[in-house]
Amino acid sequence: MLDTFTTSEPTERRPISTSSEWTFELIQEYDREISALAEEFGLDTYPNQIEVICSEQMMDAYSSVGMPVGYNHWSFGKQFISVENNYQRGLMGLAYEIVINSNPCIAYLMEENTMTMQALVIAHASYGHNSFFKGNYLFRSWTDASSIIDYLIFAKNYIARCEERHGVDEVEAILDSCHALMNYGVDRYKRPYPISAIEEERRQKEREEYRQRQLNDLWRTIPNLSGAEEEKEQQRFPEEPQENILYFVEKHAPLLENWQRELVRIVRKLAQYFYPQRQTQVMNEGWATFWHYTLLSELYKRGRVTEGFMMEFLQSHTSVIYQPPFDSPYYNGINPYTLGFSIFTDLRRICENPTEEDRQWFPDIAGSNWKETLQFAMRDFKDESFILQFLSPKVMRDMKLFCISDDDRENEIVVNAIHDEDGYRQLRANLAGQYNLGNREPNIQVFSVDTRGDRSMTLHHTQHRRRPLGKDTGEVLRHLHRLWGFDVHLHSLHGDEITASHHCPELGRDRLEGEEESMMVPKPI
Amino acid sequence: MSYIIDRRLNGKKKSTVNRQRFLRRYKAHIKKAVGEAMNSRSITDMDKGERISIPTRDINEPVFTHGPGGHVERVLPGNREFIAGDRIPRQGQQGGGGGSGSGASDSGEGMDEFVFQISQEEFLDFMFEGLRLPNMIKRRLAGNESFQVVRAGISNEGTPGRLNVVRSMRAANARRIALTGSKRRSIRELEKELALEESKDPTLRDQRIIDQLNSKIEELHARIGRVPFLDDFDLKYNLLIRQPKPRSRAVMFCLMDVSGSMNQATKDMAKRFFLLLYLFLQRSYEYTEVVFIRHHTSAKEVDEEEFFYSRETGGTIVSSALKLMRRIMRERYPASEWNIYGAQASDGDNWNDDSSTCHKILIDDIMPQVQYYSYVEITPRDHQALWEEYESVRAVFPDHFAMEQIVDVQDIYPVFRQLFSQKVAA
Repeated sequence: MLDTFTTSEPTERRPISTSSEWTFELIQEYDREISALAEEFGLDTYPNQIEVICSEQMMDAYSSVGMPVGYNHWSFGKQFISVENNYQRGLMGLAYEIVINSNPCIAYLMEENTMTMQALVIAHASYGHNSFFKGNYLFRSWTDASSIIDYLIFAKNYIARCEERHGVDEVEAILDSCHALMNYGVDRYKRPYPISAIEEERRQKEREEYRQRQLNDLWRTIPNLSGAEEEKEQQRFPEEPQENILYFVEKHAPLLENWQRELVRIVRKLAQYFYPQRQTQVMNEGWATFWHYTLLSELYKRGRVTEGFMMEFLQSHTSVIYQPPFDSPYYNGINPYTLGFSIFTDLRRICENPTEEDRQWFPDIAGSNWKETLQFAMRDFKDESFILQFLSPKVMRDMKLFCISDDDRENEIVVNAIHDEDGYRQLRANLAGQYNLGNREPNIQVFSVDTRGDRSMTLHHTQHRRRPLGKDTGEVLRHLHRLWGFDVHLHSLHGDEITASHHCPELGRDRLEGEEESMMVPKPI
Repeated sequence: MSYIIDRRLNGKKKSTVNRQRFLRRYKAHIKKAVGEAMNSRSITDMDKGERISIPTRDINEPVFTHGPGGHVERVLPGNREFIAGDRIPRQGQQGGGGGSGSGASDSGEGMDEFVFQISQEEFLDFMFEGLRLPNMIKRRLAGNESFQVVRAGISNEGTPGRLNVVRSMRAANARRIALTGSKRRSIRELEKELALEESKDPTLRDQRIIDQLNSKIEELHARIGRVPFLDDFDLKYNLLIRQPKPRSRAVMFCLMDVSGSMNQATKDMAKRFFLLLYLFLQRSYEYTEVVFIRHHTSAKEVDEEEFFYSRETGGTIVSSALKLMRRIMRERYPASEWNIYGAQASDGDNWNDDSSTCHKILIDDIMPQVQYYSYVEITPRDHQALWEEYESVRAVFPDHFAMEQIVDVQDIYPVFRQLFSQKVAA
């Protein structure tokens, strides 16, 4: 990597700073330089708010998912204790930065860092991540950066009020249950309304009344005399399976109090806010890493930073993008920084110095304007589609990727593709699939609710390649049971056949008869 | 344009509430760990913080995940020797790997126990949780030792920092109204005259009068204008006064038998008991003194070192210690000023005819004066006369006298808890 720098002949060196100590003036100066460069490269960003904090505050930020305000819950305390412990025992260093998708974009710098690290963080967070938040389609259409902080304050206050009125334990129980289902509290396809604290408060009252009306309708127990046919038509509720379990609970759980529904809603909204981040980890980190590398290298080329600065920068840069091989004790999955950085870097190479292979694989982009191409790649994709589009054979070769197939019906694990001519396509498809949230998380949907009978809720898990559910399933069902208030059943389906069932409470004696009518699928023995 | 903000001085303890919530939730676990720690700790670090470990499965936050099994395809980096079509035999239970995103963070910790540190304060909180000294705290005004600053209304003098803005503005307003009232009244009258004059027919109007009135009005306005908006004597200050604060103070008498029959292990147990009591008293009182009295056939007031570590032999006369305690109480710790606690440890041996003397001293002189008297008998053997005499004391003062038997180190903490939680029930 160093050759990039040795070949450039620095015209005249006018470094911004030579010491590793930082000052506020220097941070300002670096920010100004980097900002000017970023503009040259065509990065479009929210305004930046750079906050200098100390390591203790960083630990606070860590345990609240980076959010500057958050409601109180024991799980954040647990997170904090474990971070604090590991940090104090030297087991982990703290991240250099945390950046929040908000407008203005808030980035934290740690007081203990050197000037070089501060500059790196500014380039990485305040221009890399920031432009990603502003540009990527998922963030653009799914989250509202300008209102998240207000919403968090609203949520915090609301939950504090609930605690005062109903007791910490009550609130905690509901939040626990919601957290367990947080990943099932997002609309994957429907675009949600942007969240807004004022709107939330204003509509809270309205919502309460409306909800109650809906509920009464659904759970009306007085028999409807208008005829048997209608009865039959209504038999299945919901008409379509629902993927957003928390939404379903919020709207239809028979026994929840209104404040409890609001809590469900708050957790759901936050899950929705974080959803794009979960889908764009590789891209987001890769993009930010690519830009801190590009921006700081450019600073060096223009003689604005010293060799010492560059050495320190490269050292932390290389450790960030280090990918341990699969058999290393440090291996913990594919490093999203490495993968993302490699793809973006290679994309630039393909644009600037395309080879014959590139022309064949990427006829549209080989030789095009790299800034535009990268912007396009950043804007309109998520991890899965991004990898599927842009993972080049060279990156696969560089990372020495290979694919194994682990089928529990076979005695051996089969290597079914490696980084060679025959394997590229399969490798790419498989890797992309690995980043599909749908494959990573079990697909569980609300299938039906017995509205006329015992009010039990039935969930269906559609198996992906026969993968069963994990050991926590029973626990999660208990949480869902707490929210729903009546029996909850979960069937795991392979095709149309139920291979496993979970029930909460554990299936009793006399429940079997009532159930079978409402469920349409044969019960397993 | 970027804003750079120095947040280092902002609060650092944002997670405190969440941490408390966590401790609260796992109280049962922590209490158990604290109880165990009490037994295994050496005496000198009885009141340090403690490492608490909780099984990870108990604090796990469940989510839906994929379990092992089914057909999984996984892409891995760092291939060296494989080519397509290679078959690798399965290695035991190594199914997890890092393929599934949700599993990664769990396996990353690689620990079965969630271990963390609680502070000394928290440790003591858990240690003495649920124990109380019911209604036994006397408070006393202890001269000029401690003061509390309280608000005592409003004053005309004070430092600028204590300025009460609302009161000052109100006073200024009142003063302005008072000082300008007559002038404004005259202005109103003059204006009325002026209006009257001006409404007259132009021919009848006397310009001189109008000018005169106008200049008078102007002059009055000027005089009103000269009344200061805020004057020195408008300023009101919050008055803070120092109030002597009742301070509670306690003295704890440790009485121990050091006769030949008490060996080092027994004394060690006694010491642990005294220490627990001391820590407990310290939490309830702002100021605690300890008096060490050791005795065999005669009693002596000693310092801590000597109390626990020097050995003497001889017979046992318990009443000698009680007599000394009585004397010290009379001389230095009048019951009207001090909360007095007695703690006695012994192996139960005593001269037989001495036990009744003990009974008498306790009933007549000591028990009416003390808040609480506890007696622990550290012996695996049967009780002797002393125990029986003490039992009759307990019958007379059931709320203020407690006695228990300790056989083993393991008993100390439970016995201690029992002694003081009994009081809550009573």
